[in-house]
Amino acid sequence: MAVGLKEAQDLWTGNFLETERRLRDRQPRWLRELRAEAWEHFRNLGFPMTKHEEWKYTNVAPLARTSFLPAPAARLAALPATEPAGPRLVFINGRFDPELSSPSLPAGLRAGSLREALSRDDLAAHLARYARFDRQPFVALNTALFEDGALVEIARGTVIEQPLWLVHLALPAPQPSVSHPRVLILAGEQSQASIIETYAAAADGVVFTNAVTELAAAQDAVIEHYRIQQEPPSFYHIATVQYYQGRGASILSHNVVFGGGLVRNDVNSVLHGEGAECILNGLYLASGEQHVDNHTALDHAQPHTSSREFYKGVLDGKATGVFNGKIIVRPGAQKTDAIQSNKNLLLSTEASINTKPQLEIYADDVRCTHGATVGQLDEEAVFYLRTRGIPRDTARELLTFAFAADVLGRMKVTAVREQLERELFRRLRPSGD
Amino acid sequence: MLQIKNLKAKVGDKEILKGIDLAVHAGQVHAIMGPNGSGKSTLAQILAGRDVYEVTEGEVLYEGRNLLEMSPEERASAGIFLAFQYPVEIPGVSNMYFLKAALNTLRKARGLEELDAMDFMELVNQKRKLLGIDDAMLTRSVNEGFSGGEKKRNEIFQMAVLEPRLCILDETDSGLDIDALKAVAAGVNAMRSPERAMIIVTHYQRLLNYIVPDFVHVMYQGRIVLSGDKELALKLEEHGYAWLDEALERGELVAV
Repeated sequence: MAVGLKEAQDLWTGNFLETERRLRDRQPRWLRELRAEAWEHFRNLGFPMTKHEEWKYTNVAPLARTSFLPAPAARLAALPATEPAGPRLVFINGRFDPELSSPSLPAGLRAGSLREALSRDDLAAHLARYARFDRQPFVALNTALFEDGALVEIARGTVIEQPLWLVHLALPAPQPSVSHPRVLILAGEQSQASIIETYAAAADGVVFTNAVTELAAAQDAVIEHYRIQQEPPSFYHIATVQYYQGRGASILSHNVVFGGGLVRNDVNSVLHGEGAECILNGLYLASGEQHVDNHTALDHAQPHTSSREFYKGVLDGKATGVFNGKIIVRPGAQKTDAIQSNKNLLLSTEASINTKPQLEIYADDVRCTHGATVGQLDEEAVFYLRTRGIPRDTARELLTFAFAADVLGRMKVTAVREQLERELFRRLRPSGD
Repeated sequence: MLQIKNLKAKVGDKEILKGIDLAVHAGQVHAIMGPNGSGKSTLAQILAGRDVYEVTEGEVLYEGRNLLEMSPEERASAGIFLAFQYPVEIPGVSNMYFLKAALNTLRKARGLEELDAMDFMELVNQKRKLLGIDDAMLTRSVNEGFSGGEKKRNEIFQMAVLEPRLCILDETDSGLDIDALKAVAAGVNAMRSPERAMIIVTHYQRLLNYIVPDFVHVMYQGRIVLSGDKELALKLEEHGYAWLDEALERGELVAV
């Protein structure tokens, strides 16, 4: 159902008032104030227009004009067999489902429903203190309206061997629905863990997922974070991942986008302590009429911080892509070492990508390099494979797979990598066999 | 096995092959020599199915079939192999995976059973020693970061594993040091057999000291202008390609 922008705004106001009323008695004052402040920011910022530099190539009007109702609470008898058996938290339509989640977790790891934890006053120091709801309208919207999500705390000095899965599943309603999953991960000093967030749907439908993840890594924490989005093409998916890194903290991030119709991801890190290191890997695969926008921002706030960014995209059909990689080097952040790379493969003449590095450097003793490529499959390589007997289509699939799997090869959790390699292979051969 | 009749081809508006006639029979080794730009690499690529060249006239029969109507992969299945002058780098695809996929595709097309991992490894180990291919080269991406010599050896190694019936070597000797050249030649010689034919395209006579051809053809300006036995290669080496120009001017050579 399409509505004008004014009506859309009224509808979101209705959503806010309804959420506010429903949660009023269950949340502490700091949170009520936080939500009101975030709502105020959203009202002022409004839905971003394409004249806004950060949203130049992504038009959210179709989303803004759809009247979404809050996704209803829903139950699922069992998880699809493809879901992980390891330690996991499961969220259906943005709400924690204790029955589908692991009954116990490894020692040193506390993880559960964010909603259940909201009465804790100490969360005020962390929740919404990293993701910028004063600047990013969708972060503001999430902050004002989130119902639930995950709170993950890794105790100081602990090494969690098994990866923790945060499984987000959407069960579409008959009308368009929206959920605002919220994840807060607090990694203690010298802790080590892998956290895998997945976003998928149990059925087709019109759904808007507006997710925000904040991850604060204290001194010398070593965290590997995955975000794997495989929602149907009828979905709108807007997400912000905000990392905040203390001294010597290391984050290895993987952002995999296979699904969604209109997708926008912002993956940002503030390298706030000397010696912090951030690696951002990304793979996006789009076909049909999918639009996938990845914005990243690495904010080198202290000296001797390093970042490595490696994003690759494969676009087919009429798909459109956007990559914007911002690197900020703050005054005094000497010896910053940043390398950025974005490579794109266009499989059809109608697919397109806008890719742009954006460097803002305010220190003089730094190394920042960037490179972007957009190309087609190497016909010489296709011919070479064919002269060895490999049929043309198989040769093209093999080369495309190799191009994309390069990103997956950087994942440390073997089970995830292998699962995604199979999924990638399946998606690259729509005919299947 | 192979019959080329009055083959003419162009790329864009430029005519490169101006009427090639050549017959190659099983068991024979033909060398095609000629200066740079004479069209010999174009001929090799056309035989393998490269579609950037447009064949404007003539025909090519391979074991009685119209070769020009076959796709590159069909030609490979039918037993044609081109060792590339410039082997292509394929990042992300391991040499082993590639070779196994190729071999099993070819075996399937030829009605043979696919090889399992064990049998494949045994075959690979047997072939690689001859060409000085070490284990590390097998696990690396196809040709990626290989030296010129490694790439050429890898081509002949693939040829040894895939066991084609018509081997076309396009300037396999260029850029090789003497040890690599000997290794490549040993690999090729080990494959000579009464059932198999070879076309060796080369600029220099040097390779032909190690792979002795039955016939030598000289290509010049898109035509085969002279054919003979291995002595012809020595004569070319002695006089250089400039001699061709002069001989043509004196009317001693007539385009065939």
